[in-house]
Amino acid sequence: MKKSHIFLLVVIAIAVSVVISTAGDASSYVNFKTAKEMKQNGDDNMVHVVGELKKDGQGKVVGIKPSNDRLSFSFIMVDDSQQEQLVFYKEPVPADFTKSEKVVVIGNYYNETFVADKILLKCPSKYEETEIKPL
Amino acid sequence: MVHSFVGNLGHLMIIIAFVSSASAAISYFLSSSDNPLKAGQWQLFARTSYFIHAAAVFATVFCLFHIITNYYYEYHYAWKVSDRNLSNIYKISSLWQDQEGSFLLWIFWNVVLGLVIIFTNRYWEAPVMTIFALVQAFLTSMILGVVIPGINLKIGSDPFILLRDVFHNDEIFRLNPNFVPADGTGLNPLLQNYWMAIHPPTLFLGFSTTLVPFAFCLAGLWKKRYTEWIRPALPWSLVSALALGTGILMGGYWAYETLNFGGFWNWDPVENASFVPWLTLVASYHTMISYRNSSTALKASVILIVATFILILYSTFLTRSGVLGDASVHSFTDLGLSGQLLIYLLTFLVLSVSLVIFRWKDLPKSAKEVSTYSREFWIFMGATTLCLMAFQVIVATSIPVFNEIIEFFGGIGNIAIPSDQVAFYSSKQLWFAIFLALFSGTGQFFWWKKIDKEKLKAALTYPFIITLILTGIVIIFGKVKEFSYILLLTASIYSVVANSSILIKLVKNNINLAGGAIAHIGIALMLIGILFSTGYSKVVSLNKSGFKIFADVEEEFNLENIVLFLNQSYRMEPYDLTYKGRRLDVKGIPGYVDYNNLAPTEDRTRAIALEDININGKAYAKKGDTVKIHPENVYFQVDYIDEKGRNFSLYPRIQINENMGNVASPDIKKYFAKDLYTHLNYAPYLNPEEEIEWSDPESHTVKLGERFFINDFVTILDKVERVEDVVALGLNESDLAVRASISIFGNDGTYTVEPLYVIRDRMLGRIPETLQELGIQIVFTKIHPSTNEFTFEVRTTQRDFIVLKAIQKPGINVLWTGTLVMMLGFIIAIRRRYLEFITMRNKGTELRS
Repeated sequence: MKKSHIFLLVVIAIAVSVVISTAGDASSYVNFKTAKEMKQNGDDNMVHVVGELKKDGQGKVVGIKPSNDRLSFSFIMVDDSQQEQLVFYKEPVPADFTKSEKVVVIGNYYNETFVADKILLKCPSKYEETEIKPL
Repeated sequence: MVHSFVGNLGHLMIIIAFVSSASAAISYFLSSSDNPLKAGQWQLFARTSYFIHAAAVFATVFCLFHIITNYYYEYHYAWKVSDRNLSNIYKISSLWQDQEGSFLLWIFWNVVLGLVIIFTNRYWEAPVMTIFALVQAFLTSMILGVVIPGINLKIGSDPFILLRDVFHNDEIFRLNPNFVPADGTGLNPLLQNYWMAIHPPTLFLGFSTTLVPFAFCLAGLWKKRYTEWIRPALPWSLVSALALGTGILMGGYWAYETLNFGGFWNWDPVENASFVPWLTLVASYHTMISYRNSSTALKASVILIVATFILILYSTFLTRSGVLGDASVHSFTDLGLSGQLLIYLLTFLVLSVSLVIFRWKDLPKSAKEVSTYSREFWIFMGATTLCLMAFQVIVATSIPVFNEIIEFFGGIGNIAIPSDQVAFYSSKQLWFAIFLALFSGTGQFFWWKKIDKEKLKAALTYPFIITLILTGIVIIFGKVKEFSYILLLTASIYSVVANSSILIKLVKNNINLAGGAIAHIGIALMLIGILFSTGYSKVVSLNKSGFKIFADVEEEFNLENIVLFLNQSYRMEPYDLTYKGRRLDVKGIPGYVDYNNLAPTEDRTRAIALEDININGKAYAKKGDTVKIHPENVYFQVDYIDEKGRNFSLYPRIQINENMGNVASPDIKKYFAKDLYTHLNYAPYLNPEEEIEWSDPESHTVKLGERFFINDFVTILDKVERVEDVVALGLNESDLAVRASISIFGNDGTYTVEPLYVIRDRMLGRIPETLQELGIQIVFTKIHPSTNEFTFEVRTTQRDFIVLKAIQKPGINVLWTGTLVMMLGFIIAIRRRYLEFITMRNKGTELRS
């Protein structure tokens, strides 16, 4: 076997292990039901859940409760299978939070509450995101 | 009034730029014919087209700039990114704040580079410019903003859209179509920083310059000049690596110094998207010099150069198509350009890959096996490591794309990026970095091409011993314990030592050749700096009081933050800290001005000075003067005394930003071996609606010398006396003023409060005194001459305080030093390669490889 062949094999081996390790460390998108089941089955990995904020009949966001010191807050999120869930986040309410059309929470269940480690917001496309305030 | 002319002109210029770039691409294609007659005929037309294109692009930039600087807020772009208060430098930088403008910046750089190519090359002009003009056609199409009639397909999004066309359903435009907002919404205050003025242009120059080696490479393949393209492409690869690398590092420094992202690199998908092409670009440069010296690795160079450019397009697609939408914190919002971006990416992917496949078997190959004792072997190993690093990053960064692909084929894509990105990437990249440092150290010893085992042993002995000694010292003093860190440290120190020993030899002979050694030293220093500053950063603001700061936050927050009350000293090992109050930044005055010495006015950017402002004996403002302030930036002065008794003040900032949420920016004390990085995590009363809440007044009627309690503090009324000099209080001769002197025995000392009881023009006046340290306000309300008693009303509030976090980051200066050293190395190497190219061209041997 030529040296270059060995070299190629080594490179391929590293590349394959990179792919495997990425697949192993990747988190996954689930709904709240699955997230809860995973936790109950002893899987402590953080998961991503996609959903929307809970809205009332007029389309107003409801259920956001900042803590007294405004350093953290909780809110109600509705996932893709329409399940409602109380989510707690240890940071202040992000800007544009109520304007987001989609919310991704990354975290884990602690008892009945989903505790988000990170929140990502998907805001509507830029032509809809602001309104004009007459000055 | 709606100034429609300048917008129409700008839009017309974009259309001209698009059409002329397409015509330049076609005519340069025809001009690259091997038939000299035909080539000559088309050359003039091609150049003219390109010059028209260049002029149209400059005119577009001018129109947009004109709109922003003249406050034409009837235009959506100007309204969105700027306002009347922006200083000139930010008016310029607001040009590239949003997508359309950043495309324009990119187009602008490409135009400039194209002009340089035209004026520096002879043979290469036509084929290289064909590719340049084609790229320009794609890029200008992104901001074209033209709707194709019939099929109603919109191509591109132009920056000259009127506000009323964007908000056509808005009530205000239905009532008055000519409505023009009085002011814009402003450049995001977070971006109002000098880095905003230099980071994006540098980064986009980096993106632009990757086109040059790519265009030379494709031109070489196309014209069957398989080897000649390398010489002109070489200096450009270096320029590109320097520009892109500098752009990326500037972003990192900006994040560290201002944005409080916690560190300089967060492995965010957007950051990764620019880092990956840089890795392959640097790898391609190495295989190219390897080819120049010994005719190996030509194929690898071709692949890497093509890969770099395609990766730039891919990263553009990632950051601008919205595909990263829920994976990144700072990607652009979707402009509806995903389809166009994908076509752009796929066109160049198919075009370049098929050209490479088509020419593959014609590419000259090296016959002999590369020896382990050759420079080429080590260069190739280094390049491979760089590629594997790039591969590892891009695989994980592309997870959202894999989901899209799975869903495109009807599957359910539910893979998400790793939850802890920093740990995920760092733990793997660390190992690649170890090998990178080893190869970059050893490769340099093969300068003299032929070296055998014995010579290598002799050359390596001293560097090896020095490395071991230095590493030992650093491990002991730096208390490095982790195995992987020890390996990285050893490898990096080895690289510094090995490259330095080469450098010493080169300084004696020919400094022009030292670029490589210097750049490698820079990289190795950066690795050492990264290792210490991230691996050994230490929180020093440990809350040892045993009290929770806030009830409902994580345990970690309560343990790693400290509360500083106004003017109250606090011990944070090894410093004594005192929070001295809020400060504002006043235009034209160095340093900061006390918040309490400035009274707000109707205009939030103006304030009135309540005291004379003198700094270092120079008077900057008199009492009553109106000064210009930046109201959104509040600084909190914290005075430090360190273990050697040295005093210094830090001014961490909170930016009040109603649109995006308040943002904390750090302030950093730089020591030789470490940074003390401090930022606020909380401060009360930041938002205008959060007014200070005072308790209901409590009345105390006391005699002279009598003790009473305010907020549980023992208090004594010491004396009451008439103020002789009433004029000094701003009163008339005939007025009367009585001053009470009250001592309050606080925990940290005795405070004296002196409220006034005033009779002015026979009217009663009371001038309250506020003691901010204790959050107490006292009003002298009544004198009872019959009983010799005095009445005071006392109101209390929360004392002003801040919640502060301080982190020690050792060795960060090594990182920044390494960055500068690396840049210097690049610059020396660019100069050398460019001179080489010019000499050859002027000799008329441009086509010799």
